[in-house]
Amino acid sequence: MSPTLIALYIFVLACFVGYHVIWGVTPALHTPLMAVTNAISAIVVVGAILVAGSDANREGWGALIGFSAVFLASVNIFGGFVVTKRMLEFFKKKERPSQPEKRASQ
Amino acid sequence: MTLSPDFFGISYLAASIFFILGLKGLSSHRTALRGNLFAMLGMALAIVATLLQPEVHHYIYIAAGIIGGGIVGIAIATKIEMTAMPQLVAAFHSFVGLSAVLVAIGTYFSHQANGHLDKVLLFELSAGSIIGAITFTGSLVAFGKLQEILGSNPLVFPGQHYLNLALTLVALGFGANFMMANHFPSFLIMTGISLLLGFLLVLPIGGADMPVVVSMLNSYSGWAASATGFTLANNLLITTGALVGASGAILSYIMCKAMNRSIISVILGGFGGEHAASPHASAAGKPVKSVSAEDLAFALENSSKVIIVPGYGMAVSQAQHAIKELFQIMKEKNIDVKFAIHPVAGRMPGHMNVLLAESEIPHEIVFEMDEINNEFSTCDVAFVIGANDVVNPAAKSDKTSPLYGMPILDVYKARNIFISKRSMKAGYAGVDNALFYYPNCSLVFGDSKVTCEAIVAALKDSH
Repeated sequence: MSPTLIALYIFVLACFVGYHVIWGVTPALHTPLMAVTNAISAIVVVGAILVAGSDANREGWGALIGFSAVFLASVNIFGGFVVTKRMLEFFKKKERPSQPEKRASQ
Repeated sequence: MTLSPDFFGISYLAASIFFILGLKGLSSHRTALRGNLFAMLGMALAIVATLLQPEVHHYIYIAAGIIGGGIVGIAIATKIEMTAMPQLVAAFHSFVGLSAVLVAIGTYFSHQANGHLDKVLLFELSAGSIIGAITFTGSLVAFGKLQEILGSNPLVFPGQHYLNLALTLVALGFGANFMMANHFPSFLIMTGISLLLGFLLVLPIGGADMPVVVSMLNSYSGWAASATGFTLANNLLITTGALVGASGAILSYIMCKAMNRSIISVILGGFGGEHAASPHASAAGKPVKSVSAEDLAFALENSSKVIIVPGYGMAVSQAQHAIKELFQIMKEKNIDVKFAIHPVAGRMPGHMNVLLAESEIPHEIVFEMDEINNEFSTCDVAFVIGANDVVNPAAKSDKTSPLYGMPILDVYKARNIFISKRSMKAGYAGVDNALFYYPNCSLVFGDSKVTCEAIVAALKDSH
């Protein structure tokens, strides 16, 4: 079996895993789900690192492209995880109903 | 350093498992934060393992990119208002798309230097670049519409779909030429056309369909990551991209079902916006009952069970904190308060839940449509705040309505209905709301935040 075909196997099976895991997500958490999948899709950072760190892209356009790809993916990773955490903490707070009001209505 | 290929294989496998556990964590409120932590661990593991890869020789651009991107990302994420989440997510999708395009170009450069360019790789590079480019510009348009830089009305012109089809074929033609002849300029032209296609595909989609578009772009960003994984023969990227792609696809499906629209009709666009005002708007001549916030406060005070239905209008007027006060004062008066959320309320899936959670409404009293719909007939007051199309009974009764067939919240069954509304303007779908003319329905005109504050004040006075 060619490596591409093996990759295809993995891809198709992963789609099924994704399908089953995602249907289990509670609708109330769909916005955090989107934010976290957003952060996760920045896994292209792996490709970006390989580009930015390769000998061929040491200078010139290659370097600029590599840096930009790492930069953009990193914005997503950090931004995505932090904003997801912020949202999920709102949901967490509800566990203790008698908490003092933290935020005045603006 | 000489680490065996299996070391990377194991690390990437572990990272994939962390991502799956992370998403699984979101199946309940209790495990969600831990899930996010798992996903972070997976990402950290993936990055560290990649830095140790033998072909990574230069760290300066990588370090600069990660640190710079980290600072920008954290700064945005900690400052962003929750009402602006849809825009933020759209902007982030565009970054993934652009990053995938850049990785495709950069990978071409590095493989060219190694002489590892075969047809399969060139095909995979083309796929990654096309999907990435469409995700990039499509998300930019979605961002522009959500941020109201661009009008939310669909942009429709004759021959649009034929133009898109033609452009797709031309892009594929250049892609084929790139693959067969290893002709790099063809690759750039193909990417350029794909960028244009991203714009053209999202421009005709109206504001009402934004939840679907945002979900769809979420899905695309996943497929872009998967395609990148194929080019790099990296199983972690393939797996992770597939998870995200499946997630976005399922969310799009849920949104479409909640609007009774097919994904095809959403993609073809043209739905929603002013021009869609149907003949039903002619009903505007009929009388509606308009009452003051004090009247509503009186009605609430004499109720034992109230259901609040928030919509995007709540987010627009930032009324969620005033609603929290309203909820608290009603709770003190022993009124049973529940919140009912339609799947497409807001501009992205689950948006209302986050806004209510932010203003510390306990999630135990926030219900999805199917959970609460049979309770409207037993409630004294249904209070609709900035929602419109999702409570329009025409979706059930009027076969000629564009909304016909869309599942709605059965607000019309409530004993008394109050609707906080800015004006008599039609909803996002451009359809007049039959509910306004029900005899038991009263409208409270004005900004919803101001209205809620007035109700709170009136309830406090009556102590």
